[in-house]
Amino acid sequence: MTATATTTRYAGPACPIPTADYPTVQLAHGAGGSLSRMLVEKLLLPAFDNPALSVLHDGAVLAAEDLCAAAGASASPGRSTDASMATPSMAALRGGARLAVTTDSFVVKPLFFPGGDIGSLAVHGTLNDLAMCGARPVALTVALIIEEGFAMDDLWRVVTSMRAAAAAAGVPVVTGDTKVVERGKGDGLFINTTGLGVVPAGVDVTPARARPGDAILLSGAIAVHGMAIMSVREGLEFETRLESDSADLGPLVQRILETGGEAVHVLRDPTRGGVASALCEIADSARAGMLLDERALPVPPEVRGACELLGLDPLHVANEGKCIAIVAPEREQAILDAMRSHPSGAQAVLVGRITDRRDGRVVVRSPIGGERILEPLSGEQLPRIC
Amino acid sequence: MRYVDEYRGEAESRRYLDAIARTATRPWMLMEVCGGQTHTLVRSGIDRMLPETVTLVHGPGCPVCVTSVELIDQAIEIVRRPGVILASFGDMLRVPGSGDDLLSARSAGADVRIVYSPLDALALARKHPDRDVVFFAVGFETTAPANAMAVWQAARAGLRNFSILCAHVRVPPAMEAILSAPDNRVDAFLAAGHVCAVMGYREYEPLAERWRVPIVVTGFEPLDLLQGIHMAVRALEQGRWGVENQYARVVSRDGNRRAQTLMGDVFEVVDRAWRGIGEIPASGLRLREPYRVHDAQARFPVSHIRPRESADCRAGQVLRGVLRPTDCPAFDAACTPEHPLGAPMVSSEGACAAYYRYGKRS
Repeated sequence: MTATATTTRYAGPACPIPTADYPTVQLAHGAGGSLSRMLVEKLLLPAFDNPALSVLHDGAVLAAEDLCAAAGASASPGRSTDASMATPSMAALRGGARLAVTTDSFVVKPLFFPGGDIGSLAVHGTLNDLAMCGARPVALTVALIIEEGFAMDDLWRVVTSMRAAAAAAGVPVVTGDTKVVERGKGDGLFINTTGLGVVPAGVDVTPARARPGDAILLSGAIAVHGMAIMSVREGLEFETRLESDSADLGPLVQRILETGGEAVHVLRDPTRGGVASALCEIADSARAGMLLDERALPVPPEVRGACELLGLDPLHVANEGKCIAIVAPEREQAILDAMRSHPSGAQAVLVGRITDRRDGRVVVRSPIGGERILEPLSGEQLPRIC
Repeated sequence: MRYVDEYRGEAESRRYLDAIARTATRPWMLMEVCGGQTHTLVRSGIDRMLPETVTLVHGPGCPVCVTSVELIDQAIEIVRRPGVILASFGDMLRVPGSGDDLLSARSAGADVRIVYSPLDALALARKHPDRDVVFFAVGFETTAPANAMAVWQAARAGLRNFSILCAHVRVPPAMEAILSAPDNRVDAFLAAGHVCAVMGYREYEPLAERWRVPIVVTGFEPLDLLQGIHMAVRALEQGRWGVENQYARVVSRDGNRRAQTLMGDVFEVVDRAWRGIGEIPASGLRLREPYRVHDAQARFPVSHIRPRESADCRAGQVLRGVLRPTDCPAFDAACTPEHPLGAPMVSSEGACAAYYRYGKRS
């Protein structure tokens, strides 16, 4: 399968680079000279246009008010959560708000897959990492490592997709970098994104806060992204209508935090290694025991079928738009209802509980009533899922 | 999901577990032959739910596990040659040979591709006429028809750049080897349902007769296994032997005749060395003379390879049901899925991997 033959065809405006002159990316596009400038000014700047970026300085300089505005946004129930309504004051920052920074590199193959592409994935992935810290996103950076000969149209598709994902989240791309490596030294395109965000005062989500009796909530169907990617990977193609669940979880997490406040103890997006690896990590670092009900796990029939066929455990397959929330039992129903009231959490379910065993182990109750201990994914499931 | 959920019911499972407990008055040792069955047992927790009288030991039915070190070394040697693409099921990649595994060969630049079907390997050969595409044909009688089909199609299309490294093994001779071993403890077998879907179960009847052992052809869902165990225990308690078919919704006595014909046309029976077990007479398949042009061992010089097995790995005893994975000194110590000493720790059907993955560490 080639990078361009996908089910999600790009239908936006044409690439602004004169592709008759430059149908592919050249080494010079990353050499810092006039071609580099053309790439930045014609392709990247228009896509990500914002005041911080358009200065084209060595780094982005952000207004402190932007951080204050994010910090001032309330996470408590009953108060306004609209950032624009909050008073941007330094008091919000001094009152216990903290900065959150996260970075992630994306080397997914194929670059374009049902339900998304490396561009949207790179934006969603980093936004979601911020969200799992309880942070509101303030800014993103983007670094592109492009292999010489990469199709300019494909680069434009990816950049357009990043723009759309960042714009939907209302987060500016404030600085970036472009490098071109010799043909054969890359794999088409690698993307690194870094996210900067603010954790408002009163929000404290960390594995250490998992308590016996806490409910383990899952925002929806699992293993969809991993199976969608696998269905189009060379050598493994199988027919399915599955699309990646890649999505920005920020709005859902805001709703969870608004409703649950301090009752929200842990948040995690179960990406590579799946729900199993995420829960095992939390259990291990919190020394908490967990009991999962395998029957409660939302696995769509198509995903189940493909997993059965390929011998994969859906608990080990990657997600890109799902969230695990470990919450105090007093608020679990309210939080579950809040999750279900959001499109990204419409199928949210209770899948298990923190037990008082404090042994750092995740036990799964099988459909026939037996028990097994869940282990994180070991080794590679398949090369480079994301 | 239809045809799956019906075989995973809690109430029905409970009923079978009670029936097994009522039936078994003495200790019995059952061997599930197939690694897929091992995984269902451990994954669904059946091994912990059975009465103490019934012990399950895990059989040699993991094709990846029993593929000899020599063949893995040959695969690595072949793929290191310029112009070769080696296509393999994913599980084979991390199985250690004498030194390296195929994954490290790939890291060092060899062209190793993961495929899910030999026909995908055939497609690679069509796509790359200038390359030598070698498919690592591993498996029991279950995968043999598809591999036979790939070779047959390659021969018909004149695809001379397609060959297979044939590691095929047959189940009945392995069961015979287990039964004839002096330290055998197995009282009854759960035979591998999918092998029998192809081969039927006629060839197990003389085995059951000769060794006076119950053999129950069994499926792969939790309820299949519970029912199979119940049937085997009932036969043992009643002093009966012979072949019974639990998996009747898939398996017939004669099996799939067309698949057998194709296999017979393409393959012939040979003696084969099983990893950890040793050579078992008439337990392997190789390509017949007319198809030898598609035999990787004939195309590439590999006969000089002298394999070495890890001294610490006791996979052979695990594969014969003599040793439990957790009783191996290397288990979860020198040997983990990240650093496997032997194949059963690697394969998704391997008993050691099943114990490790489903938390059987003591």
